[in-house]
Amino acid sequence: MKRLLFLLPLILFGVLAVYFAVGLTRDPRAVPSALIDKPVPQFSLAPLEGSDAPGLATADLKGKVRLVNIFASWCAPCRIEHPVLMRLAREYGIEIAGINQKDKPADAREMLEREGNPFARIGADTDGRASIEWGVYGIPETFVVDRDGRIRYRHVGPIMPQDLDAKILPIIRELQG
Amino acid sequence: MEVGKPAALGQFALVALAFAALMHAYVVSDFSVLNVVQNSHTSKPMLYKVTGVWGNHEGSMLLWVLILSLFGAAVALFGRNLPPTLKARVLSVQGLIGVGFLLFILLTSNPFVRIDPPPLDGQDLNPLLQDPGLAFHPPFLYLGYVGFSVAFSFAAAALIEGRVDPAWARWVRPWTLAAWCGLTVGIALGSWWAYYELGWGGWWFWDPVENASFMPWLAGTALLHSAIVVEKRDALKSWTILLAILTFGLSLVGTFLVRSGVLSSVHAFAVDPARGVFILALLMIAMGGSLLLYGLRAPVLKLGGLFAPISREGALVLNNLLLSTATATVFLGTMYPLFLDAVGGGKVSVGPPFFNATFVPLMVPLVAAMAVGPLLAWKRADLAGALGRLKAAAALTAICVLATLYAYQGGPVLALVGIAMAAWAFFGALAELADRVKLFRAPLAESLRRAVNLPRSAWGTAVAHAGLGIAIAGMTGSTAWMTEKITLMRPGETVQVAGYDIAFTGLGQERAENYVATLGSFRVTAGNSLVADLRPSERFFPVTRQSTTEAAIHTNWVSDLYVVLGKPDEQGAHVVRIYHHPLVPWIWIGAIVMAAGGCISLSDRRFRVGVPERRARPAAPVPAE
Repeated sequence: MKRLLFLLPLILFGVLAVYFAVGLTRDPRAVPSALIDKPVPQFSLAPLEGSDAPGLATADLKGKVRLVNIFASWCAPCRIEHPVLMRLAREYGIEIAGINQKDKPADAREMLEREGNPFARIGADTDGRASIEWGVYGIPETFVVDRDGRIRYRHVGPIMPQDLDAKILPIIRELQG
Repeated sequence: MEVGKPAALGQFALVALAFAALMHAYVVSDFSVLNVVQNSHTSKPMLYKVTGVWGNHEGSMLLWVLILSLFGAAVALFGRNLPPTLKARVLSVQGLIGVGFLLFILLTSNPFVRIDPPPLDGQDLNPLLQDPGLAFHPPFLYLGYVGFSVAFSFAAAALIEGRVDPAWARWVRPWTLAAWCGLTVGIALGSWWAYYELGWGGWWFWDPVENASFMPWLAGTALLHSAIVVEKRDALKSWTILLAILTFGLSLVGTFLVRSGVLSSVHAFAVDPARGVFILALLMIAMGGSLLLYGLRAPVLKLGGLFAPISREGALVLNNLLLSTATATVFLGTMYPLFLDAVGGGKVSVGPPFFNATFVPLMVPLVAAMAVGPLLAWKRADLAGALGRLKAAAALTAICVLATLYAYQGGPVLALVGIAMAAWAFFGALAELADRVKLFRAPLAESLRRAVNLPRSAWGTAVAHAGLGIAIAGMTGSTAWMTEKITLMRPGETVQVAGYDIAFTGLGQERAENYVATLGSFRVTAGNSLVADLRPSERFFPVTRQSTTEAAIHTNWVSDLYVVLGKPDEQGAHVVRIYHHPLVPWIWIGAIVMAAGGCISLSDRRFRVGVPERRARPAAPVPAE
């Protein structure tokens, strides 16, 4: 019995290792299959306080291929991907809707004033409820939504310049037909 | 067995050669090497060309192995007092870890991949990383992470030998202490960088990668303390061995988390699943193997001396219980999203509220006991007597709390608890020193003589404990009493924050090797006297098309005034963010004091000269399992 006690750390580690292994097979950068090809969740967000951009709701995401980006001023990787979002909006003319998660409006406004605003619409998700509806795991996250308002692709973490050519743009082009 | 020493030295020399080769490629901007192309640029300042070597995944792994083999070589060189069998086993375990990671580099992360034809120029390092604080953050952090490998190797070697005694603890402690000092400095540098570079004035975010460095620190702190019990009292042996294994295990888990991308984080290195699988395999071999060894061998370790609950040992056990609970808490918070996802429970994130609600309450009893512990006697102690000797510290703590109450007219209760903890830790450490040198109870000359003769380890303990007190004061002050002002300002305008008048006097431009900057000039006055001229700036890096904010910080060592300049709007007004952070510099001063305490303890005579009670009898041969 006492010997078993000393083997306990090994057993616990074994359980942990299984979790790690399962974790590796799951790409945190991929949506749980449940949301892909499904309509975007029902949500409705007020505009970002003090900003010109209108708010964001489920009905706004139809009729056009769009990106939905979840961002916050307190999130350092969001700042890394910001220039990429600016390029997408300005050079490629892709409409991006922003969900501003758990942020102070003043901070968010300041960030957009300083680094440029790539968003056509911004929903202020003050309490993070809408982000939960979207199944957001860590921010930044970006979704590609097709004309019918269905989620077609999810990118977790900052979009790096190489992701643009490798994944985001090909998918958008394919959906735009 | 004699092969160990030349092999360890040879491994170090060869890895150092490889590292020097990579560094050379960076310094001369050799763009036929892919790694240099992706992370460097001819216009990058020399400092960042050099530090860019470890600013990327491949190079940082090479640094990891370099430090690992450095520790191996150091054990080979300085371990003259070690029994030959123990030394050979330590070096072979250390060498095995090295082989594992070298294979990892060779198979999945070769830093020397060439490209042909070489491009004209590189893609530059992420400008956020071009910063002195972050340039030296990884080497210190790795010194800590990897330094714990020595404790691990010693633990594995002791299990193979089947014998743990006070001499063993005495050999392990300096390595653990050195690693702990490195990790303390490394974590402090990282948090300092986040504070001044990210531009939001925060210094800790409970991000998975921050936690990954914090868990080995907590476990390593526990290890340092439990090894004292083994050294002095020959007790807690099997627990100490387990801690040594777990501390390095947590360093490996940290590496796994950062490199495999199972949790997404601020510190996103390029993620490649093959790397994750490889590190997981390494982790399983290292941890699975050593824990199996532990399960088989730990039961045969002889139990050591007994002690009453109220005793120095008892206090150190309490320290260990609290620190390991804290480690487990941080571990759970960090891993919970992974666990939940693996069982199909969906994706969640665990944020600072969880950690604040669970971690802080564990620290309160830890700090409360910390001041008392060093005053307790070994085996059986007199708690009332020890508390009696802390009367002065308790009185000073009460004064600090009352002064805080008066200065802030109340303030959040938690902040008062924080200040009480800080003062208690600080004055408790001083009281312990005063008690040991019989300050005011013996003639001054006698006290002075005692102070000089006090072992360095006692000084180290007191200094490190006082350092923690200073750091807690900093964390409390900056969390509870920060004031911020975000406002639109034009040159010529003045705002008031925390009793200072801050005038925006002008704008300028500055051009450097690899960026252009917009500079703002701010004049800070209090009453009629000039406090500081602050020049926050915003830098734009044309190569990566990214910009960074450079906050201007004026510190008077008791509080920071922190000014950030934002982009202008169409009318030429700039968003200016001004923060007043009371006590925040103390966080890093405290961390440096803690590391200094570790270094003082490291210079203790016991570690420098031979071990007095070394046992001549060689280890009894143990039948193979």
